[in-house]
Amino acid sequence: MNLAGIDPILLLASLMVAATPILLAAIGELVVEKAGVLNLGVEGMMIFGAIAGFVVGVETEAPMLGFAAAALAGAVLSMLFGILTQVLLSNQVATGLALTLFGLGLSALLGQGYVGIKAPVTADFDVPLLADIPVLGPILFQHDPILYLSIGVVVATWAVLRYSRIGLILRAVGESHDAAHALGYKVVRIRLAAIAFGGACAGLGGAYISLIRVPQWTEGMTAGAGWIALAIVVFASWKPWRVLLGAYLFGGIAVLQLNLQAAGVKVPVEILSMSPYLITILVLVIMSSDRARAALNAPAALGRVFHASN
Amino acid sequence: MIRLEKRPVPSTRWMIATPFLAVALTMVAGGLMFAALGKDPVEAIRTIFWDPLFNPQFASYSRPQLLVKAGPLILIAIGLSLGFRAGIWNIGAEGQYIVGAICGAAVGLAFYPAEVWYIFPLMVIAGGLGGWAWAMIPAILKVRFHTNEILVSLLLVYVAQNLLSAAALGWLRNPEGGGFPGSRNLSQYPAAANPELIAGTGMHWGVAAAFIAVIAAYILLNRHVTGYHIKLAGQAPRAARFAGVSTGRLVVFCLGVSGALAGLAGLFEVAGPAGQISIDFASGYGFTAIIVAFLGRLHPVGILLAGLLMALTYIGGELSQFMLGVPAAAIQAFQGMLLFFLLGVDVLTNYRIRFGKREVA
Repeated sequence: MNLAGIDPILLLASLMVAATPILLAAIGELVVEKAGVLNLGVEGMMIFGAIAGFVVGVETEAPMLGFAAAALAGAVLSMLFGILTQVLLSNQVATGLALTLFGLGLSALLGQGYVGIKAPVTADFDVPLLADIPVLGPILFQHDPILYLSIGVVVATWAVLRYSRIGLILRAVGESHDAAHALGYKVVRIRLAAIAFGGACAGLGGAYISLIRVPQWTEGMTAGAGWIALAIVVFASWKPWRVLLGAYLFGGIAVLQLNLQAAGVKVPVEILSMSPYLITILVLVIMSSDRARAALNAPAALGRVFHASN
Repeated sequence: MIRLEKRPVPSTRWMIATPFLAVALTMVAGGLMFAALGKDPVEAIRTIFWDPLFNPQFASYSRPQLLVKAGPLILIAIGLSLGFRAGIWNIGAEGQYIVGAICGAAVGLAFYPAEVWYIFPLMVIAGGLGGWAWAMIPAILKVRFHTNEILVSLLLVYVAQNLLSAAALGWLRNPEGGGFPGSRNLSQYPAAANPELIAGTGMHWGVAAAFIAVIAAYILLNRHVTGYHIKLAGQAPRAARFAGVSTGRLVVFCLGVSGALAGLAGLFEVAGPAGQISIDFASGYGFTAIIVAFLGRLHPVGILLAGLLMALTYIGGELSQFMLGVPAAAIQAFQGMLLFFLLGVDVLTNYRIRFGKREVA
């Protein structure tokens, strides 16, 4: 066992990298759920984004094009869910599951020829001046652009939901679609837009795993990150800043258990590998135990089918 | 302008017709996918749906496989369908399947090399209990702490997969296996084996259990008050509460039954077709069973037929992999597509499509 080999600065810096995929997927899902839609297909959209981003990134040797493709791929796949649930009024839970199963199969199919290839390197962007600060510089300011983008998305989501008219309409649709419809808002269109945004974010998150975090393609490589993202939205009580907190907490656990594995701690590897999932369950239990508070924060129309009678 | 008009009662005719429509649409879309992969679509579809049953060259091998694959799918899907009807979503059957297999195999291996009649029955009990216990985690957390059972049951799949690799690499590893991962082969240990009951049919105890589960679920849903409560809770939760149906008890019952059945499926698989606990024992039956449950309209007889169809896509998928070089993942995508189409065409069951101008609201 060699705990001294763990460098705290490196640990914190890699924590941010480990948290980014979950953060992106979770903030996207938060917007979707705020609009009153429960999309359980996050895992499927992430893995689809992972392979789409990887393929485009490898073929063009431009990781940024890969990310753009991943966001587009995630949004396109999410539209399958959107059309089924919003236009054909299917059950959201079942359709979300179908999206995950389909995404896993499709991505494995597309990724046939890409196993074992290394992804093109995404250049880090050192924030001028700030990156030179000792300790804080390497932790916070020497990362890739997508990591900064993910934080930007959180800030933007918070600001839009809280201060803008669009945010207000989105929340109204999520709280009571009938009232929003009566006021003349296009419930289905607004929800479709939210679903597409969620899909794009999940796709970006998936590509972050295959292009930066790992960076390789293997089948099923998201390994439940999409489900953890769903849990984080509950943990965050549908508040953007808490999504950031939750994602970094889980990033921390993921990195810590990997470091402990590498350091050869006398705990079976399997126990360490299952710890992120167990801790997610534990957090869910704590957050859900106070029923009154949980019900207060959840969008009231979450998961309900909207069908305008006239 | 096309618009949807809600039917006062779901159409029975469409409820029966939609699965067939979905299968037909999937064949078309799947054919397009195979064409995109550079394979002859007609030949690919024929290899998947026709050759395993009727091609003289393959049928003798493939036909028994049909029951071998359908057994666990039906067994798990029957359990899941009860919960799905009541709006209780156990999507972690894969984990319960794994834990059932580990528990059952552990009991069998504990007796090795004794040859007594009660070993296999004990393994069956242990397998069922293992799956039941694993499903009780989301059930109790939901009842006691209102935790979302979808997320908890799914996250426990990843925990179970880690348990599986711990068992295969550690405490269940074959001491005479030369250090290779994986347990002793249970199918070569007569007192613990789940053999083919009638030679050449693929029929084993798990398939028998699946048929019994179909009949039991049919009776439960049509003749028993618990079955009525399940249907009531799904269709009218408020009415169910006024009628005195305990939601908590229903959650524990539905998750418990589906967990136990998934555990049994795991045990029959590990003692029979799979033979041993190994790292790649988990084969995705727990997830495919979700598709089977929906394709069978959550109805026991429908699930029986859907399980056989889905088993056919597995076997046909392997065959097309072997004959045409279609990638294994294509079948997974194909199965996912089937569920999509099914959910999509389901709109016809609950809504009527009307053509004509929309009146001003």
